[in-house]
Amino acid sequence: MDYQFDFVLVLRSLPVLLRGLLVTVELWVPSIFIGLCAGFLLSLARLSKSPWLRMPSLFYIELFRDTPVLIQLIWFFYAFPIIIGVQLSPFAAALLGLALNTSAYSAEIFRGGIQSIAQGQWEGARALGMRRSKILQRIILPQVFKRMLPAFTNRAIEVAKMSSLASVLSVHELMYQGRLLSSTYYRPLEILTTVAFIYFVLIYPGTWLSARLERRLAAKA
Amino acid sequence: MTEPILRVTDLQKYFGDLHVLKGIDFSVEAGERIAIIGGSGSGKSTFLRCLNFMEMPSGGTIALDGKPIGKPHGRDGARRYPESELCTVRERVGMVFQQFNLFPHMTVLENVMEGLLTVKGMRNAAARERAVRELEKVGLGTKLDAYPGKLSGGQQQRVAIARALAMEPEILLFDEPTSSLDPELVGEVLRVIRQLADEGRTMLLVTHELGFAYHFATKVIFLADGVFHEVGTPDDVLKNPRQERTRAFLERFTEFGF
Repeated sequence: MDYQFDFVLVLRSLPVLLRGLLVTVELWVPSIFIGLCAGFLLSLARLSKSPWLRMPSLFYIELFRDTPVLIQLIWFFYAFPIIIGVQLSPFAAALLGLALNTSAYSAEIFRGGIQSIAQGQWEGARALGMRRSKILQRIILPQVFKRMLPAFTNRAIEVAKMSSLASVLSVHELMYQGRLLSSTYYRPLEILTTVAFIYFVLIYPGTWLSARLERRLAAKA
Repeated sequence: MTEPILRVTDLQKYFGDLHVLKGIDFSVEAGERIAIIGGSGSGKSTFLRCLNFMEMPSGGTIALDGKPIGKPHGRDGARRYPESELCTVRERVGMVFQQFNLFPHMTVLENVMEGLLTVKGMRNAAARERAVRELEKVGLGTKLDAYPGKLSGGQQQRVAIARALAMEPEILLFDEPTSSLDPELVGEVLRVIRQLADEGRTMLLVTHELGFAYHFATKVIFLADGVFHEVGTPDDVLKNPRQERTRAFLERFTEFGF
């Protein structure tokens, strides 16, 4: 092997890449947060007895799950101005796409979790005179949370990496900066390895925390 | 004659095409202890579960203190039951389930306090005091901080009884409370139920424990094919049944007696 790995280039690229990392985090954290909140409401609609709530939520969920995210992002950027006359900034289009996509996936995670709780838990609480909203909040969700944690961790990891798709809308996130640098210096191996390493450093602490939390919750029961 | 606490008129229940309850008329007076017996699939659990609206009646009315629950709705006699009204009813008509249905993520004490906090709106200290009192009454004063998963079936069912009692219901429904217990654990649960009987509580019990039903009940109902086949005192129904069907049912229990 006579390839000379250029460490100096890596060091020189770091400031630019870290600026990209900041944008990645700005995409990642809010899209997870919005996605979870919207996904929870969607799952309630999905589980509702009323077809007027159930059918549209089902349609929404399948639409976002069964089409490529890349196209969703492009679509929000290019089709929105034509359809509703609003031109989103590349960042806003990417954030919207990631958040809505996440909401569809987390809606299914919530639904599966809620349905996995035995009917007897609802009955036990209902027999005390508790209202549906209280039962959900105090009895069902605390039990669901534990079961859903691994699935949500997975989702969060996926979204962190999915946010790299925003580079096609020239959002200056980590992947965009990495591709820019690697084509500028013709050193894709150095730059992209560094980019991958930064993604790893970004994601790993989260998975570690999640695994710890899982163990702590398991110990409690 | 006093007004019954609970009055059921022409109660109907369908599961799809299956006609489970075929027009039951029935009332409960204060202090009555009613044992409901019958074969599996006779509708006895469904009947009990209609009384606190774990199952929604398909037709007929259920009145609490003379006031019919729900509002008429549609042409086929079905009623609409707003959640807030059902919550009030369930506060007054408690239930103990075959499968206990304790909340596994809460301690024994928290299980009993839950309804007091969220339904009755009691303060933490007051709820705690009452929950401890009820748990001591069922002999579990030393298990307050245990999780249900660490308890035996008999202990779990006693927690469930304490949880229902803490709400101070006027009527208590028991849906086969000992059917999922190992035989040696049945006694401790039945003793707690008998203790409640001695306090003069109004209770309904669906059970296969005919011996217990005989000692416990002021009235026994034999339910078959969705109707009350025979109703009377424990002596009438269990010792001197008049209906052929009741006799055949009871014989299955004595077949292997010794």
